[in-house]
Amino acid sequence: MAKVHLWASLRRFADGQEVVEVDATTVGQMMDALEKAHPGLGPAIKAGLSVAVDGEVIANNRAAPVGPDSEVFLLQRLKGG
Amino acid sequence: MARDDVKTGYKLIGTRPNRPDGLDKVTGRARYGADFSLPGMLHAAVVRSPHAHARIVKIDASKALALDGVKAVVTRADLPTGLTGEDLNLQDNTLAGERALYDGHAVAAVAATSALLAQDAARLIEVTYEVLPHVTDVDTAMAPGAPIIREGVADYSVPEGMHGNVARYMEFGHGDVEAGFAAADIVREHTYKTEATHQGYIEPHACVGQMGEDGRGEMWVCTQGHWYIRRMSAAVLGIDAANLRVTPSEIGGGFGGKTTIFMEPLSLALSRKAGGRPVKLVMSRSEVLRATGPTASASMDVKLGMKKDGTITAGQVFFRMQGGAFVGMSPIGEALPCAFACYDIPALKHEAVEVIANRPKAAAYRAPGSPMAAFAVESLVDEMCRELKLDPIEVRLKNGATNGSKSSYGPVYNVIGLKETLEAAKDHPNYSAPLGPNQGRGVASGFWFNHGGETSVTLAVGEDGTATVMIGTPDIGGSRASIGLMVAETLGIPYENVRVNVVETGALGVNEPTHGSRATFASGKAAVEAARQAMAEMCRRAAADWGIDPEAVEWKDGAAHPAGPNAGKFPPMTIGEIGSKMGSTGGPISGHHEVTAEGVGASFGTHVVDVEVDPETGRTTILRYLVVQDAGTAIHPAYVEGQYQGGAAQGIGWALNEEYVYGADGRLQNPIFLDYRIPVASDLPMIDTVIVEVPNPGHPYGVRGVGETGITPPLPAVASAIAGATGARIRSLPCSPPKVLAAIKANRA
Repeated sequence: MAKVHLWASLRRFADGQEVVEVDATTVGQMMDALEKAHPGLGPAIKAGLSVAVDGEVIANNRAAPVGPDSEVFLLQRLKGG
Repeated sequence: MARDDVKTGYKLIGTRPNRPDGLDKVTGRARYGADFSLPGMLHAAVVRSPHAHARIVKIDASKALALDGVKAVVTRADLPTGLTGEDLNLQDNTLAGERALYDGHAVAAVAATSALLAQDAARLIEVTYEVLPHVTDVDTAMAPGAPIIREGVADYSVPEGMHGNVARYMEFGHGDVEAGFAAADIVREHTYKTEATHQGYIEPHACVGQMGEDGRGEMWVCTQGHWYIRRMSAAVLGIDAANLRVTPSEIGGGFGGKTTIFMEPLSLALSRKAGGRPVKLVMSRSEVLRATGPTASASMDVKLGMKKDGTITAGQVFFRMQGGAFVGMSPIGEALPCAFACYDIPALKHEAVEVIANRPKAAAYRAPGSPMAAFAVESLVDEMCRELKLDPIEVRLKNGATNGSKSSYGPVYNVIGLKETLEAAKDHPNYSAPLGPNQGRGVASGFWFNHGGETSVTLAVGEDGTATVMIGTPDIGGSRASIGLMVAETLGIPYENVRVNVVETGALGVNEPTHGSRATFASGKAAVEAARQAMAEMCRRAAADWGIDPEAVEWKDGAAHPAGPNAGKFPPMTIGEIGSKMGSTGGPISGHHEVTAEGVGASFGTHVVDVEVDPETGRTTILRYLVVQDAGTAIHPAYVEGQYQGGAAQGIGWALNEEYVYGADGRLQNPIFLDYRIPVASDLPMIDTVIVEVPNPGHPYGVRGVGETGITPPLPAVASAIAGATGARIRSLPCSPPKVLAAIKANRA
């Protein structure tokens, strides 16, 4: 199960959990599973999130792979100049 | 210098060939947005609100339409309804709806047979306003009693009880911050402010749009990303993006400000209403400053704990940022992760709010959010180093992030080059140059994530053995040259035999803009893959000619070769020979690659600046400036140096002079370059550069984006140098002469 770290102000939408374990093989599946388990996270996910999977920042690629032992951090959708 | 004197095994990468667009640009032949014209073209002008906040009671265009030669007027009533989210934001900003939300907000647009006539007609459009209370300052906007300028802006993230102008909230961190502060020898806390600044691109926004009765349109436009222009314009006008074809012009600077739309859909709306005649719309400088996206203004609380040996034990920030009257425009999501990204600190807490105010819709600006965050955090680090009499580079080396560090925003860094930049800065002669009276030295480091993104590239082999590469990322800082070098290196052919063209939206799959320091990284990565695909096909053609297996053929030095003695004895077949007969060996040869590029390498840099401050006037002169930054691999070192110098120049402007000045009436007071003071060549010394190369394992040639990090350290570095020269710390940018003089006097008192 991948470990998904929620930033502090998201935790109130996930029963106060800092880390949520998710069964997923892609970033898209991980997002869908997060929202299914914790519907309160839906607005944040719909607003657009970036993620870091095992240190690799994924801006917006739902097809990017997630491993069974991956460490995932949610980030606000990143913009560049 | 990069690898001019270092052996890498590359033949072309790391060299400095002439830029492919150089001749066109120095002879004036390059075509920018305003250079484009079509037969029968009309010219447009925009009516803008003179009020920071007002209800639009009535728009009467009858006098304008009565003028001979005026062909169309559009108002919000001509745009579709029912949009939501960012599409609605874009439409609201393109033309005001019920309310004008900032000084300069577009209210109507008119097209006529000449530009002068259009401007005359715009003045005849009568708009009746009911002026409403306004607020422009970020702190005032969330103070009790501040007018709520748009109801219901708070999204899911905003806790109960915050001011009605707060639109977003974010918090994250790790470790026990209070324990960290308790373990420190000194704990210091200050508030820092930065004003909004504009990207200051020399070329104003310009486009020509044409839309016929069949609902199909075309646009020629100055932009960083024409697929974004297509999608956004189509959304605002309620048409299918597929019906719009967008061609980018050369671009005279963007720095993030041309990744979105401001007035482009108006050219199409006016064209549609004027019977399909093309419409040109070119902004004036005042319109650019009043109505296109500057960066956010920020007010930032920072608290740090430090031991006497320089160990940072804990850090805490609370950022307040406004990005105009529209939600989602301030870069809090970038500023917070950047704040402590250069450090490995055991306990951190980050908080930020986005506040809306009666200012123009902010846009990205070179490493959005990172310069402000660096100003706050790096300034306080410098203050504490001076208090404890510690070397600022040694303190950063002691606390700096390195390979395997857990970043301040969570994930672990892979291969990064921060400490290499610090060591190189420490060893540079600028760092030990003697300082005279009224002179001071400042040091700061900076970070940017970098970005990959949606990318599509095609490469075609020519009959003469050349290669033409079609990319979708407009060339702002030399990407045609760097991509050409990578393709030439990969194919083993001369650089001069590769031509790289930026093509229109009909020629490739979707490309994100040239943003996030991604063009050389992502389009380059895709171009290398496209070249490899073409090489594989050329090997197959040679194998067929030789009657051997394709696996028995290898590509090197621009030709197919038998892979070994067992493959047979055949003379190499060059790309020219293969290209010249490809019509009879199976048809055209090309390579194509499309990807959402991953594998970006994080970017770090360290700057050292020496200044002299005139104690009588408060004027700051930059004496020496050094940029050290990790490029991964510098494909074309001259362009890399140019990015470093350009970032530093913009950051120096932000630090010393640039600011949006609003009057009590909410109107922008300095919407021309005479009053909005960007640095000019005579303000700056030659900016010294050192290219550190810690190759990025996520790119075939080790590239890291280099475009953005350079603007981040100058803000704190310059302020710290001024503190060194005067003993007075400026915590509110810009460090303009009156402010510095007042700080010197206050310090003396």
